[in-house]
Amino acid sequence: MRPFTYERAESAAGAAKAAAETPGAKFLAGGTNLLDLMKLEIERPTHLIDVGRLPLTQIEATADGGLRIGAAVSNSAAASDRRVRTLYPVLSHALVAGASAQLRNKATIGGNLMQRTRCAYFYDPAKPCNKREPGAGCSALGGDSRANAIFGASEHCVATHPSDMAVALSALEAEVETVTPSGAARTIALDDVHRLPAATPHIESSLEPGELVTAVVLPPPPAGRQEYRKVRDRASYAGGLLSLALAGERMALGAVALKPWRAVRAEAALAAGASHAEAAQAELAEARGLGRNAFKITLARRVMVAALEGTPVR
Amino acid sequence: MMDSPLREAPIVAFEIIVNGEPRQVAVDVRTTLLDLLREHLGLPGTKKGCDHGQCGACTVLVGGVRINSCLSLAIMHEGESVTTIEGVGLPGNLHPLQAAFLERDAFQCGYCTPGQICSALGMLEEARRGEPSQVTEDLDAGTVVLTDEEIRERMSGNICRCSAYPQILEAIRDVAGAAA
Repeated sequence: MRPFTYERAESAAGAAKAAAETPGAKFLAGGTNLLDLMKLEIERPTHLIDVGRLPLTQIEATADGGLRIGAAVSNSAAASDRRVRTLYPVLSHALVAGASAQLRNKATIGGNLMQRTRCAYFYDPAKPCNKREPGAGCSALGGDSRANAIFGASEHCVATHPSDMAVALSALEAEVETVTPSGAARTIALDDVHRLPAATPHIESSLEPGELVTAVVLPPPPAGRQEYRKVRDRASYAGGLLSLALAGERMALGAVALKPWRAVRAEAALAAGASHAEAAQAELAEARGLGRNAFKITLARRVMVAALEGTPVR
Repeated sequence: MMDSPLREAPIVAFEIIVNGEPRQVAVDVRTTLLDLLREHLGLPGTKKGCDHGQCGACTVLVGGVRINSCLSLAIMHEGESVTTIEGVGLPGNLHPLQAAFLERDAFQCGYCTPGQICSALGMLEEARRGEPSQVTEDLDAGTVVLTDEEIRERMSGNICRCSAYPQILEAIRDVAGAAA
């Protein structure tokens, strides 16, 4: 791990200001992703701003009947909250489908959103990666693409976003609250937080440098069934090969793109009276396999149809 | 990502409570909680396996909550209360879960055992509080029945390379059943 200096933030706005003004600064909350990457020297911050003790640990009802979850709430606490369990079960299920219990106890909601890809080539400093070093090239293209994206990839990056939680938040049409370095509060739709890679895969979100996530806001729960399904190589404590969040008439896919993939085409097809299979096909019309990950297209169709039918799978 | 202009990392001095005892420490800011315990406080019971949060050998309790001590900086825990396997029980005064691991022969090499036991203690509290896992069917109930499936799922963050899982399950089940 490279040397760095450390400060404990006194306020969210102060943290954002300090982050913008200090070259090489990063926010530290739970640390489960950042410290792992710092040990590998993939992340090399020269200053850490510890936001883990900021008073962002409340889960509170909003005036319109939704729920605001503070960014420093642990993944476990959010999944266990009675209101999340009963009103937003898709979110509770998605949270406990991720990582291990120890990691969920430490990892925060804000950190979960802003975590970095698990692309094997991103994690291998001996291989070129445009996320690590812009312009270096993408080793996953032409490499082992099994875990990589089928939607929204580019010739510069085919990585996926690893969050389970964010897939549920997409289907729930959540919003993300932030504070900017100037101290202004901002609200961003969840689907606008993460960016597809295009030619700049090292720019991963629409947040400006120093902008700090302060909360996730859920609108009132949608009518209808909520469900989270995750397909992976082992039953527990493994990243998804593909996941799906269903919340009423809304649906999102995980592990298929560099952001949670809201299935807007399938939703539109269903609203127009299409069958479940037709809706899945509509969504997958733009999917592109890279070779070893082509199975994800078939898998996505089956998981979407099974989820829409309500066929139990485990 | 900017390469470090710093040649040396600062030393940070703070208090941390370990197994009930306040300790004053002064360490390189990069020191993980795991290395603080093992290298600076003379508590080598907590084990370093993968050092990347994948194996669970470093599991300790902070404020009664289980975490991977390898993925945490010691300074993040200033003023907090940490329990390691040495604080769970020592020879002659074993915790019932430690006794159950012996009784059930729930290890072979023993390297993962301190993490397994600290993890299981945290897990039993999580279940008592009704925290769900991914195999919990009824999220509305708010209570958890610790079936074998639940125990296995909740312990998936602790790897045992000797594969003593059936005995680990039995030992935890013994104590979970006694507490229920």
